[in-house]
Amino acid sequence: MLILGLLKMALRALWANKMRTFLTTLGMIIGVASVISMISIGEASKQKTLDTISKFGTNIITVRPGEKKTRHVATDKVTTLVLEDADAIESQIAGITGVAAQIQQGAQLKFRNKNVSSTVRGTGKDYAWLANYQLNNGRFFGESEVRTSRKVAVLGATVVKNLFEDKNPVGETIKIDGNNYLVLGTMVAKGSLRWFDPDDQIFIPVTTAQKRLFGIDYLQSIDVQVEKIEDIERVIKDIEILMRKRHRVSAGKEDDFYVQNSAEWLTGWGDAAQSFTYLLGGISAISLMVGGIGIMNIMLVSVTERTREIGIRMAVGAKRNEIRQQFLIESILISFLGGAVGVLFGIAISKMVSTMGGWDTAVSLNTILLAFGFSVVIGIFFGFYPANKASKMNPIEALRYE
Amino acid sequence: MIKIENLSKSYRMGPSEVSALRNASFTIENGEYVAIMGPSGSGKSTLMNLLGCLDLPTSGIYRLENQEIQNLDLNELARVRNQYIGFVFQNFNLLPRTTALENTELPLLYGRVPDSKKIALSALEKVGLAGRAGHKPNELSGGERQRVAIARAIVNNPALILADEPTGNLDTKSGTEIMTLFRNLNNEGVTIILVTHEKEIAQEARRIIRMRDGKIISDESLAKDNESC
Repeated sequence: MLILGLLKMALRALWANKMRTFLTTLGMIIGVASVISMISIGEASKQKTLDTISKFGTNIITVRPGEKKTRHVATDKVTTLVLEDADAIESQIAGITGVAAQIQQGAQLKFRNKNVSSTVRGTGKDYAWLANYQLNNGRFFGESEVRTSRKVAVLGATVVKNLFEDKNPVGETIKIDGNNYLVLGTMVAKGSLRWFDPDDQIFIPVTTAQKRLFGIDYLQSIDVQVEKIEDIERVIKDIEILMRKRHRVSAGKEDDFYVQNSAEWLTGWGDAAQSFTYLLGGISAISLMVGGIGIMNIMLVSVTERTREIGIRMAVGAKRNEIRQQFLIESILISFLGGAVGVLFGIAISKMVSTMGGWDTAVSLNTILLAFGFSVVIGIFFGFYPANKASKMNPIEALRYE
Repeated sequence: MIKIENLSKSYRMGPSEVSALRNASFTIENGEYVAIMGPSGSGKSTLMNLLGCLDLPTSGIYRLENQEIQNLDLNELARVRNQYIGFVFQNFNLLPRTTALENTELPLLYGRVPDSKKIALSALEKVGLAGRAGHKPNELSGGERQRVAIARAIVNNPALILADEPTGNLDTKSGTEIMTLFRNLNNEGVTIILVTHEKEIAQEARRIIRMRDGKIISDESLAKDNESC
């Protein structure tokens, strides 16, 4: 009954200063809304990154020439990896479902009077499904075309758009650096990553690329698809042993190749995206703190203004903790209200970002509870000092206050 | 019954000690109507604060309804104020933006008394303001505000009403009404202690205690026939 009375008094006090209450609550609304929207945007960005990356397959092992320390540096000039290595891996390693030797380079593409530059990827017959590409039209090249170095090509979606304006190019002939290639098929678009567009390339047999186009005899990488994801560690070991043997690396010497696990890469990116979320959340938590300080500020003003009211209440029998409760209830009400409206705004902002930016933001229940709980804790934390100050007043002086 | 014995209160003001009340002793029986008079600085406010359990004495004994007040802690003092004492102030001291009924109800709320609305309404009836229960202080005249304050003071059936210059902010007519109200309450058996510096107001009481320089200088009972005017 008393608590209901206190609640009613608190509501009345807040209502009496509508503008002040609104502005203080606004501080909390902004804080909570920004925490929620920032975290959900961070999560969405992480999800999008991981989704796009996993389109390239998560059970893929990549063998590259050179030493592992050159992880993010192009290693084109190391010429130790050759086609025979790919064949050996395919025939001798157990538990794999596909191998695709690769070499890529920029080239000039021409169809009639249209000219574009794009990336040419020379690869094996398994590459399309290894890298999760799907055929839109026609077919991918097969083993015989690789063996006989045919001049055939399969086009990515961006190339089709640029060169053929979305007409069906299957059966047409395009020129790559001046040589004619027959178009066998086209790919379904995968969607662009931020740092490159997987649809802006064309695929030709690796042997054709080596002999006819680029005039080289080495490979840039070999992709190996593992049948079961839990076999990855074992397959990596087997490949390392095989490669050391083939490249005659004597015991105690560094490998002249390195094996990269895309799952590792994926977790790396996931971690980076996660810290991005924490960063966004942390920055917006600061605005929540500022909102809390706003509450404390306004409650201090309110306590001073209502000194006489406090004196009256004490005179008629309010105990110290009852005065403290009354003011705490007010600050909690502000933060609670701010939290509730802030959650709604946060969800709205996330929805807006997802419709406008095409990001699939999801506001999780955890995020809502976190922001909401945090705002109530802030109400208690920043409301306690003013409330305690009110409760410590001397009733005689409070009654005399003008 | 109120009994004080050698009640003293002194304050520290910087390095020096100021005695606001020195060795005051008296007994007030239930149902008495006492006026405390004295110039400002005579210690009457200090005495009021002590009698009203808003403050604790430096030394001496204060017994209210057989409780030794000087030994109580702050929470117990609040409880005693809530249950045994009603205050009426010169400047009314009503909560703003709060209706007459809710102002009257306030002590019951802190006393956790059930049916508080009904009790508060009957207290307002007693001061003749039942019809104004829903009005806020700024919608009431000065006399009406003071009557709401009196309703609040009597709502918890206190052993004692402490009135500090209750007519000081009122015109003569309203002041007379308030004094009539006090006399009626006293006739019903309510103990009233009135602080004033106006002779005519003090004449309403049946006993006058005069103070000067923190000391009681006289304590006289008035003839009973004052009652009939």
